[in-house]
Amino acid sequence: MVVKVYGPAYASPKRVLVCLIEKEVEFETVPVDLLKGEHKDPEYLKLQPFGTVPVTQDGDYTLYESRAIMRYYAEKYKSQGTDLLGKTVEERGLVENWLEVEAQSYNPPMFTLTVQIMLSSKLGLPRDENLIKESEEKLGKVLDIYEERLSKSKYLAGNFFSLADLSHLPFTQYLVDHMGKEYMIKSRKHVSAWWDDISSRPSWQKVLQLYAAPFKN
Amino acid sequence: MVVKVYGPAYATPKRVLVCLIEKEVEFETVPVDLLKGEHKDPEYLKLQPFGTVPVTQDGDYILYESRAILRYYAEKYKSQGTDLLGKTVEERGLVENWLEVEAQSYHPPIYTLTVQILFSSKLGFPRDENLIKESEEKLAKVLDIYEERLSKSKYLGGDFFSLADLSHLPFTQYLVDQMGKEYMIRSRKHVSAWWDDISSRPSWQKVLQLYAAPFKN
Repeated sequence: MVVKVYGPAYASPKRVLVCLIEKEVEFETVPVDLLKGEHKDPEYLKLQPFGTVPVTQDGDYTLYESRAIMRYYAEKYKSQGTDLLGKTVEERGLVENWLEVEAQSYNPPMFTLTVQIMLSSKLGLPRDENLIKESEEKLGKVLDIYEERLSKSKYLAGNFFSLADLSHLPFTQYLVDHMGKEYMIKSRKHVSAWWDDISSRPSWQKVLQLYAAPFKN
Repeated sequence: MVVKVYGPAYATPKRVLVCLIEKEVEFETVPVDLLKGEHKDPEYLKLQPFGTVPVTQDGDYILYESRAILRYYAEKYKSQGTDLLGKTVEERGLVENWLEVEAQSYHPPIYTLTVQILFSSKLGFPRDENLIKESEEKLAKVLDIYEERLSKSKYLGGDFFSLADLSHLPFTQYLVDQMGKEYMIRSRKHVSAWWDDISSRPSWQKVLQLYAAPFKN
């Protein structure tokens, strides 16, 4: 039985897809149309009561929250594909440190920019230019800390690609492609090199080919 | 060499303290006075560049983000004290699912309530009553989902106490004690029983005795 991943068109589920490809784990996808409100259907809420994507179904085993799903598959399939958790418990600790940084410091302003710049017109809301400006400033400060870290470390957790780097792929791709803010990455030498490295991985390129973002530039 | 935990007076570091007690790991604490801005001192920023608490120093090994620190110590000391990660990789997956729920859905509104209700006067800005009302509504919706979950499962991750439950202790204690919103817990039968269970654990009671919150009711 092959794991099913719900909502592949969207950013958060793409964390799971790129992780499964890195771990050489077969999967199927199930489309969920957020603009039609399919994530609020009673059937969907039985799987994921918070009404967000992704959720995964692996036989009877259901999991949600993209970073939880990544951790589970990275651990379950530790002995195949890319090792995304490090070799020692100390290396894993550093992966967890930087994955939490992504979740707590990078993602919030990035998510706000995504909603405001890319979704507000579709959702019938006016753009809040103050909020956009504030979020860009917050994200800029986080990227300055990344620049310092990546001047000393090839990847966020150490000298190996891990879940901590991978987790940044989907929303950062939106930043550089659809939000017109590539300068935030390119103006920072080490962040820029890191972005080129992680976004050119075959696993990520495959996700971008197979599952288009649900909007044009 | 004993692990040092910075900032024990505050809520987020208390996640780490209760975890270390559950895992029977000795520790020392180092005070950090946030109101005096000690978290923005250059010496502190060398340890934790985002300028937040906690950070831990275990010999040369430095970690930050409370939930990363929890995961590291729970895994490193898996064979002693309380097992906070479950026995199988599937049980750990469910722990990760609910720890991510705490981080992504429970924490943001409860943190906003904490800043607005408990810290606004100390930080010199007026309470935003609209924001308080919105945050309480968001938190209530999350608690409704918890009520449903806990009607089927003794703890969030399953039939065992885990990091997922533990992570809720510090800010929920603020909610019921200092914020005067105990009704949010008490009005939900299964959430109420769960709260009584987890907050009465000797490890949590010890943290509350040893490290007072930095304000009176």
